[in-house]
Amino acid sequence: MITVTDLRKVYQQGKKEVVALDGVTLSVPKGSIHGIIGHSGAGKSTLVRCLTLLDRPTSGSVSIDGTELSSVKDSEIRAARRRIGMVFQHANLMDSRTAAGNVAHPLELVKTPKEQIRAKVAELLKLVGLEGFENAYPSQLSGGQRQRVGIARALAADPDVLLCDEPTSALDPATTDEILDLIQDLTRRLQLTVLIITHEMNVVKRVCGSVSLLAKGRIVEHGALQDVAGDLDSKLARALLPLPASEPLAGALQRGPVLEILFSGESAKEPVLTGVARHFDIDLNVLAGSVETLGGEQFGHLRVQLAEDADADAVLDYLHQRGIGAKRTSTAAAPDPDFAHSAPTAPVPASGDQGGNS
Amino acid sequence: MNDIFSNPVLAKALPEAILETLQMVGISSFFTVLIGLPLGVFLHVSAPGGLRPMPVTNRVLSDVVVNITRSIPFAILMVALIPVARALTGTSLGPVAASVSLSIGTIPFFARLVENCLRDVHHGKIDAAQVMGSTKMQVINKVMLRESLPALVAAATTTVVTLVGYSAMAGLVGGGGLGKLAYNYGFQRFDVTVMLVTIVLIIVLVQVIQLVGERISRSLDHR
Repeated sequence: MITVTDLRKVYQQGKKEVVALDGVTLSVPKGSIHGIIGHSGAGKSTLVRCLTLLDRPTSGSVSIDGTELSSVKDSEIRAARRRIGMVFQHANLMDSRTAAGNVAHPLELVKTPKEQIRAKVAELLKLVGLEGFENAYPSQLSGGQRQRVGIARALAADPDVLLCDEPTSALDPATTDEILDLIQDLTRRLQLTVLIITHEMNVVKRVCGSVSLLAKGRIVEHGALQDVAGDLDSKLARALLPLPASEPLAGALQRGPVLEILFSGESAKEPVLTGVARHFDIDLNVLAGSVETLGGEQFGHLRVQLAEDADADAVLDYLHQRGIGAKRTSTAAAPDPDFAHSAPTAPVPASGDQGGNS
Repeated sequence: MNDIFSNPVLAKALPEAILETLQMVGISSFFTVLIGLPLGVFLHVSAPGGLRPMPVTNRVLSDVVVNITRSIPFAILMVALIPVARALTGTSLGPVAASVSLSIGTIPFFARLVENCLRDVHHGKIDAAQVMGSTKMQVINKVMLRESLPALVAAATTTVVTLVGYSAMAGLVGGGGLGKLAYNYGFQRFDVTVMLVTIVLIIVLVQVIQLVGERISRSLDHR
């Protein structure tokens, strides 16, 4: 279990003070995976550096199973760090060491007997699925294999907490899934407490039980995945169940009111849309939608346009009575300043044909 | 060809000159690495944002000592250091005395090269080492030096090659060796054979050093 309480970090930049972390509080129970999501500049890197004590927080505390880390003396800082295993975006392996040498590195630091190191390294490499790669140098391994070595190395000192800083951001989608499955599997088997810092919502969707949204050094939203996803007004729900921007469809319904509807849990199984159509005897069009299973629950996020003469308020009441989140909205998906790049639409290329292959 | 073997100067003085040059290059290489390597590590580690920042000491060492020493042309530095050589070795003549000024001349050069090598070690590796609980010495030994070893060997090779050039210069002011041979006989006595043989020998020496250095560097590089 890791607990972070009111963590603040203020950097001195010339005469100006820069607040990188502005009171971050979170706690992750043993055996679970928590995602911290935010775009660059939100304070993710600072949070990582404070959690690993590479930087001292200005105030606040970090504790693992009740042991305070942030106030330990400099002489005890190394022992404290060994309670946290860290996985880096680019694995950060030593090029001069083999896979086995890299995994052995943390054990060498505390003068572990050679025989013990050999046994532990073999066990860890097997655990991450790299049996037989003991003598391979990082340059001979693929990105995914390198990250596996990085994970094995992070686990070498038997840490309580695994801190993953953008563990899959440098990997292709298939490898990303493999690495995330490995992290999930290890969390269960070793009863780890895992924090994944990422900017990819897919990482959160796939493995995290709970999530925090970090923006401007603060946690603006947090909760279990199914709770935040079921809240129509939460930014995380919009990021988890993104709707692409959509133009109103030409034709009969062009000027009708537009509603945003969020089904979750039980209500996702009901035939709600046809229910609305029948009950009010109106037509409706689905403009955009996103359906996912998150944390074991089904979610559906839809943008729906009603017929022009429909009574939108009555429809909203009807939906609310059935426990379905719904509200009026405009057709264009509003860009979210705290989490802008979550929409699944491809980025619009810059104007002009610089690529030359249009 | 016959000229080479029958040349009295070559037969008599060449073996000794080669030995003296190797002695100068050997001794000064040894001390340059012995002192330059820790100095380079210190320059890197004590720099602002380094592992153990010491802004004032770093400034003094980097700007004053290293830069000033490096800005004095070697020919002048060598002559100026003759009293130092005499104090340390008891003489101002011979390859051992010349090694003093040779070392002092190349230590700052090598230290700068070392500093640059260490700077090229990716910061993520140092972070990783610190997070796994390394002491500062462990970071220096197991990460900085070990990860930059191929580059350090290349830097040492460059330094030794530079020393060969400097040693020829040192020969002119009492160091002996191939430089002295070329100057005394090749230049002052117009003995073209001696001049040519000396040049060829120095070229061969530099090539061998470069080749061996590159081989070692490449065999250590696993990137």
